[in-house]
Amino acid sequence: MNIFVCIKQVPDTTTRIKLREDRNGIDESDIQWIISPHDELAIEEALRLREQQPDSTVTVLSAGPERVTDSLRMALAMGADKAVRLNLPGDADSSMNARSLAAAIGKLGQADIVFTGKEAIDDGAAAVGQSLAVFLDMPCVTVVNSINYGDGAITCRRDVGGGSIEVIEAPLPAVVAAQVGLNEPRYATALNIIKAKKKPIDILTAEELGVTEANRKTRLKNFELPPPKKPCRIIEGAPADQAKELVRVLAEEIQAI
Amino acid sequence: MKILIIAEHKNGALSEAAMELFGLPFGQAEVHAVAAGEGVEPLAGPLGQLGVAKLHLINSPALASYTGESFGQALGQFIQQLAPDVVLAAHTPQGRDLAPRLAAVLDAALATDCIQVSLDGGQVTARRPVYAGKATAEVEFNGDSLKVITVRPRTVKAPEPDASRSVEVTEVAVELPGQKTALKEIIASDNVRPDVTEAAIIVTGGRSLGSAENFSIIENFADSIGAAVGSSRAAVDAGYRPYRDQVGQTGKVVSPQVYIACGVSGAIQHLAGMRTSKHIVAINTDPEAPIFQLADYGIVGDLFEVVPQLTEAAKNRNRS
Ligand SMILES: Cc1cc2nc3c(=O)[nH]c(=O)nc-3n(C[C@H](O)[C@H](O)[C@H](O)COP(=O)(O)OP(=O)(O)OC[C@H]3O[C@@H](n4cnc5c(N)ncnc54)[C@H](O)[C@@H]3O)c2cc1C
Ligand SMILES: Nc1ncnc2c1ncn2[C@@H]1O[C@H](COP(=O)(O)O)[C@@H](O)[C@H]1O
Repeated sequence: MNIFVCIKQVPDTTTRIKLREDRNGIDESDIQWIISPHDELAIEEALRLREQQPDSTVTVLSAGPERVTDSLRMALAMGADKAVRLNLPGDADSSMNARSLAAAIGKLGQADIVFTGKEAIDDGAAAVGQSLAVFLDMPCVTVVNSINYGDGAITCRRDVGGGSIEVIEAPLPAVVAAQVGLNEPRYATALNIIKAKKKPIDILTAEELGVTEANRKTRLKNFELPPPKKPCRIIEGAPADQAKELVRVLAEEIQAI
Repeated sequence: MKILIIAEHKNGALSEAAMELFGLPFGQAEVHAVAAGEGVEPLAGPLGQLGVAKLHLINSPALASYTGESFGQALGQFIQQLAPDVVLAAHTPQGRDLAPRLAAVLDAALATDCIQVSLDGGQVTARRPVYAGKATAEVEFNGDSLKVITVRPRTVKAPEPDASRSVEVTEVAVELPGQKTALKEIIASDNVRPDVTEAAIIVTGGRSLGSAENFSIIENFADSIGAAVGSSRAAVDAGYRPYRDQVGQTGKVVSPQVYIACGVSGAIQHLAGMRTSKHIVAINTDPEAPIFQLADYGIVGDLFEVVPQLTEAAKNRNRS
């Protein structure tokens, strides 16, 4: 099978976010970059599928500037066969990202299945998978926490909120967006991380993909950090008094109950 | 300016998050709503009371249950005909699945999970959280193509229904040939409480509860104030709670009016899911726990003593 995985490089959750002086983006100088957590599930699922279907190739795609090469190498270290960087600006919007990924998959051969994450934790848009599927004219199943591989079709369980589950059947090729629960991503071993350093990473230019600034529909600007929090009001006293006071606050000050 | 609201519904009732969309500041815009499904006529009553100019009903057996493919096709066709400037949906599991499909089909600009939307004076501006709520950013729309916007639940208040209002209803026919995906089964949740993503109040317990049984302390308090029960990942991983309750980076992102964290340290991955809550309360034995840095109100104490007292106090208040 020809398996594709789309991964986005994002700042690690524990990184402190600093704004650029013009406030039209973040200061990237001290950022620790990682593969977005749900995209690791997508990689893992692709590798497991290849283990079931030995003639498969796993190709990992990431749209972004030079820095995303590190994340592609990490995917190779986990076990992917090929990695391709789509040379787009780091602030490309979901329209540009989805278009470039669709164009790349079209160029690189008949896909049987495309895995994405449920959402990328930087923009949290949860958009690229579905848009990509429209451009590829493939069905798309989102928020998937289990997949049964059948003959030319898959049966997925998707998490539709509140603990309810939908069971969806879709023919292949299809786009599947991975949710927590799908699997436990493996760790890349130190040896494989070193080996991956020497592997080639192909590059597709925006031009080759037919994506230009004209495809940009949105741009993020005027970033703001949340206003500084007022210090926490500690409610003192014996537990019964603390409880009474907190319930009073909830009822009278916040008017929530 | 022409605006279209997608009126999400379930079991014959409008979803709360969809009703909130009608409370956005529309200025002079011409506001339409659309409901798609099978047998959606009865929704005309409640929708008409929310103050829209026109209501469009897309009725088809093929739309009896939501699938991204069928709703994407149906609404895609309809939106092309109506040609609005802005399409609004709630950022619910359904809305977030659907909106990017519509954006791609209609070659539209997309802004999801917005926490501020202004449509006044023909100008559309939106603001959304980025980096798991560590910052927010304004979405600038390039050009004047269609804008598809999803709004985070609880961003605005739903307007009061007004029975004296009426609405012009039109039936829309769509064609839905060749559906590839099929919904085989819906396994309904056994959750008897509100879902964390929809609740106005969430009481969350962490690892410190020590067992699934002990979570009854959290449940009792939640029930006394009509809250949802949330959980840290540590408590989910320990098997105390189902994954559906997990709040955080790899769980749900929530924005309730009040978030009450009991015995939760406030790890950064947990904060990623609840940082934008309006009021945060922390109950923790450790005065240095990071959660207190984000909390508005805090009780330094043992949750096993404090939380049952809270249940009592809430019940007493209900009685009086
Ligand atoms: C990639 C990744 C993703 C993650 N995603 C999530 C996520 O989605 N959600 C999430 O929650 N976590 C997530 N985590 C885990 C996160 O880092 C923390 O480990 C987790 O949130 C800790 O849960 P906790 O607060 O219940 O437990 P602890 O950190 O162990 O904290 C327990 C707290 O309870 C207090 N306490 C103990 N006894 C009592 C008592 N009797 N009364 C009152 N207080 C008491 C302690 O002082 C302490 O502050 C993720 C981690 C990683 C690496
Ligand atoms: N620049 C990108 N390169 C590769 N994949 C991406 C990119 N942006 C988004 N994706 C994929 O689309 C998913 C959803 O991203 P988003 O719509 O940004 O939340 C991610 O989990 C990735 O799998």
